[in-house]
Amino acid sequence: MKNKLFVCSSPHLRDNSTTQSIMLDVLIALLPATVAGILFFGLRAAAVIAITIGAALLSEYLMRKVMKREQTVGDLSAVVTGLLLAMNYPATIPFWIAAIGGIIAIVIVKQLFGGIGQNFMNPALGARVILVVSWAKQMTGWVPTRFQTDVDLVTYATPLGALKEGSALASYMDMFIGNIGGCIGETSAIALLLGGIYLLVKRIITIEIPFIYIGTVAILSWILGPSGAFTGDVLYHILGGGLMIGAFFMATDYATSPITRKGRMIFAFGCGLFTIIFRLYTNMPEGVSFAIILMNIVVPLIDRYTIPVSFGGGKNVA
Amino acid sequence: MFGRMFKGGVAVPHRKNTANCETIGMDIPTKIVIPMVQHIGAPCQPTVKKGDTVKVGQVIGDSDAFVSAPIHSSVSGTVTNVGPMLAANGSHVVSVEIETDGKQEVHESVVPPEINNLQEFVSAIRKSGLVGLGGAGFPTHIKMLPPKGKKIDMLVINAAECEPYITADYRECIENSWSIISGINIVVEHMGIEQVVIGVEDNKPEAIEVLAKIADKNDKISIKKLKSLYPQGAEKMLIYATTGRKVPPGKLPSDVGCVVMNITSVSFVADYIKTGMPLIKKRITVDGSVVFNPSNVEVLIGTPLEEVFNRCGGFKKPPYKIIMGGPMMGVAQYSLQTSVIKNTNALLAFDKVEGDLPSESACIRCGKCVEVCPMDLLPLEINRAVVGKSVEGLNKFKVMDCIECGSCSFVCPAKRHLVQSFRLGKGIVRKQAAKK
Repeated sequence: MKNKLFVCSSPHLRDNSTTQSIMLDVLIALLPATVAGILFFGLRAAAVIAITIGAALLSEYLMRKVMKREQTVGDLSAVVTGLLLAMNYPATIPFWIAAIGGIIAIVIVKQLFGGIGQNFMNPALGARVILVVSWAKQMTGWVPTRFQTDVDLVTYATPLGALKEGSALASYMDMFIGNIGGCIGETSAIALLLGGIYLLVKRIITIEIPFIYIGTVAILSWILGPSGAFTGDVLYHILGGGLMIGAFFMATDYATSPITRKGRMIFAFGCGLFTIIFRLYTNMPEGVSFAIILMNIVVPLIDRYTIPVSFGGGKNVA
Repeated sequence: MFGRMFKGGVAVPHRKNTANCETIGMDIPTKIVIPMVQHIGAPCQPTVKKGDTVKVGQVIGDSDAFVSAPIHSSVSGTVTNVGPMLAANGSHVVSVEIETDGKQEVHESVVPPEINNLQEFVSAIRKSGLVGLGGAGFPTHIKMLPPKGKKIDMLVINAAECEPYITADYRECIENSWSIISGINIVVEHMGIEQVVIGVEDNKPEAIEVLAKIADKNDKISIKKLKSLYPQGAEKMLIYATTGRKVPPGKLPSDVGCVVMNITSVSFVADYIKTGMPLIKKRITVDGSVVFNPSNVEVLIGTPLEEVFNRCGGFKKPPYKIIMGGPMMGVAQYSLQTSVIKNTNALLAFDKVEGDLPSESACIRCGKCVEVCPMDLLPLEINRAVVGKSVEGLNKFKVMDCIECGSCSFVCPAKRHLVQSFRLGKGIVRKQAAKK
């Protein structure tokens, strides 16, 4: 035989999904919310998104070069990070802050910890929190959507902000379609839900995190109502802030959520609990970002205590 | 009728292209090579030397060890060489090379065995050289003799055939149902089995029909239709799916009162007891993108792979990879000159597109490997422990419980070489254990 045979360890069959195809699916899932964001907040939102993604991509490329590691810019994970981060900006954010956010997310939160799969904090959320602390005013420059005409621009607030201040509340329908103030990509619940369902159907994410996260927020916001137990406005808490994008797209981040289903349930419950604590008992109107980041840090601990028992082991011994 | 579902598993493509290919025979090869390792356990020592003449069914290798099975000549002819030769497992194994005379004279030791009790049954099975034909190659007679104090009440027949491509067991159901029922009855009678359950994947309706007819005639036998999900035919998964019993890690089916036999193995028991002809041939599925005529071929043990492929019209283009066994757990071959052994159930030939090994990228912690692992392990963590050479990690994440089914590697989007690394990991753990 002239041709040498190729030999390797089994299995000799692999399925088609790749890191890149998964990231592409996440981008497809974010498309409805991206379109909704641009629709509601105008072309400036599109520019913010483009700049943030550009900054993230360039940072990924340069960091891999500088660190002399194999190039991973093609796996599209930096695009996902950039887009998610931009979705968490107000449309009025100065372009230079948007770009700095992309750089922080990729360089500091992701690559310095080893790149994809190694970061202990969701890069987009990590960067957002750093920006919120550094440029609080620019990061909360809320504006009404292009379809909200009769609003007072000086005292304009997001639905959760209004709830905290006790001012006029938005209608459920406006919150469901996204005709409310807030970050570019977080306002349209229906668009985010569509994307979330796509991710579930394509089995990119599993149901535990979004279901238990949103469920915990719903139950706790109902129980811990403003005028005594069981008087809370559940729908307002679900639709009014960053919960939908957080539960479907942020908390489900692979690198920063637990590896087992059981672990994910604990994690999701923690996210829900802290979201409600931040929203109801601190000065901040919103708590999704901080809650998820807090739980991100606990993931190694959760993983350690949720190592499954091998098939047939433990109490199941026949 | 329906079996339980184990946790995990992957939907591998079926590719049962040869399901309707009736078994064909092939000419006696001019030369065969029979390795002395064809089973799990102690290797056999050759009992013939260069220049000896041998006949069909004659013992040419045996061992005093309990966990071993004798090896027989599949042809009549002259021994031309005895010594280490490249075998299908990739290493050099003492083998007996025989130049055939084409007469296929049967050895005088080939007579139907006389069996009056369990002891005689077990020793007859040992003499037949039977090993698990599903792929693992564990000597069958050992399973027939349960450890002291353990009662075996359940015979599980493995007809799942969950690996893609392979249809050899399926053809056994279609072509040889008499032997299957007869073999089951023999085992039931001698071992005092109370219940028999046959597990078949639901992608083989015709086999289920044939087996249902068998089951109808005997109220001890039932059939469990199993969802076509890999690795449904893995021993522990099959026992759970058919009986609901879970074999604990490090334990054997006999610990939960079960004995598992492959459907072709049980069928062979009947043929052997009728004729006394030991295990010298095997039905093999020959398939893969570069094989001209994918077929099921009855092959004499020891036949060089190249001749088996030639029987199927040879190759459309030079093969890039040759696999003995299924694509999920089969062993890639270095050479087409290695030979078919007892537990070979398929030969696959792939081109570069199918056969190439994708390169690894970083783990993204998607958790798909955890989701599909039928043993409830954390493949990504074991992989990390192997890369970090952490014996502590390997033990903590139970690398030794891995059954190497390949489900995790199959789904991994980062194409990490998970199973390969676990094999290395097991080696590290064994080495460490040997030091102590």
